[in-house]
Amino acid sequence: MRFFEDMEVGQRSEVGSFTFTAEAIKAFAAQFDPQRFHLSEEEGRKSLFGGLAASGWHVGSVCMKLLVTDTQRRMREATARGETVAVWGPSPGFRELRWLKPVLAGDTISFASEIVAKRASDSRPDWGILQALQTGTNQHGELVFSLVATAFVPRRNASS
Amino acid sequence: MTTLSFEDFPPGRFGSFGPHHVTREDILAFASEYDPQPMHLDEAAAAKSMLNGLSGSGWHLCSLMMRMLCDGFITRTASLGSPGVNEVRWLAPLRPGDDLTLDVDVIEARISRSRPDTGIVMFKSTARNAAGIALCEMTSPIMVARRASAEDLG
Repeated sequence: MRFFEDMEVGQRSEVGSFTFTAEAIKAFAAQFDPQRFHLSEEEGRKSLFGGLAASGWHVGSVCMKLLVTDTQRRMREATARGETVAVWGPSPGFRELRWLKPVLAGDTISFASEIVAKRASDSRPDWGILQALQTGTNQHGELVFSLVATAFVPRRNASS
Repeated sequence: MTTLSFEDFPPGRFGSFGPHHVTREDILAFASEYDPQPMHLDEAAAAKSMLNGLSGSGWHLCSLMMRMLCDGFITRTASLGSPGVNEVRWLAPLRPGDDLTLDVDVIEARISRSRPDTGIVMFKSTARNAAGIALCEMTSPIMVARRASAEDLG
């Protein structure tokens, strides 16, 4: 994983894709978002979504899953090359999450992340703060999901 | 049961919901599937992290807040879904054993310009642990049918 100094605004990476099956949509919804249009094909068809639709929190959680998996793959590769690997800190939050189009059963969403801003942390001199635009695009090329995430990223010469 | 419609959400405190108990197993199960970072899965790695101990994924906490909103009122509301979330702030870590409560305020309620039979209700929801410490604040709109059309949705 890269350090704050290695990251530039405009850097973009594709982090992977995921197919939302009806079974996965219903299982997530039953646990976390039991609204009728997330639980039943018929109720989905009658709703504004026009079909069984994934919970927006399911879409966001899958984006996180792919980001983490992609990051861990890059860390393993960097370690294998003998590079020092940066361990990122927790995220203080996100803003402007948009569920632009429904994610329906059978849709395959491809996720990407692009750095949109970076600055030093005033309160934690060993860390920088990065903002990334994370997006999901369906198999028809339509943008279905986006958010602007914030993360703490360690600086290369940090004491720890 | 009466279905809640747009007119039932005037600005102000709407309600408080919970408690919802979160176990270590819940935290590990969500993290294994959706956020397999060591700070959410491994006690030793978590102890060395900025969060000083095992913590739940922020996406887990948001998903739990959604469940508490559903159990609290959304499944008996003429909800048409949500276009997104304005902001989520993760303020303090979710810990194993936490009993979550959710304070829900309506900060704005207006009629949709493009769909006059629908209202847009802006909620601010704050999840707290048993000590009253705010763990997460979420500001998000939900589209809710107005009373006349809510009766059609049943």
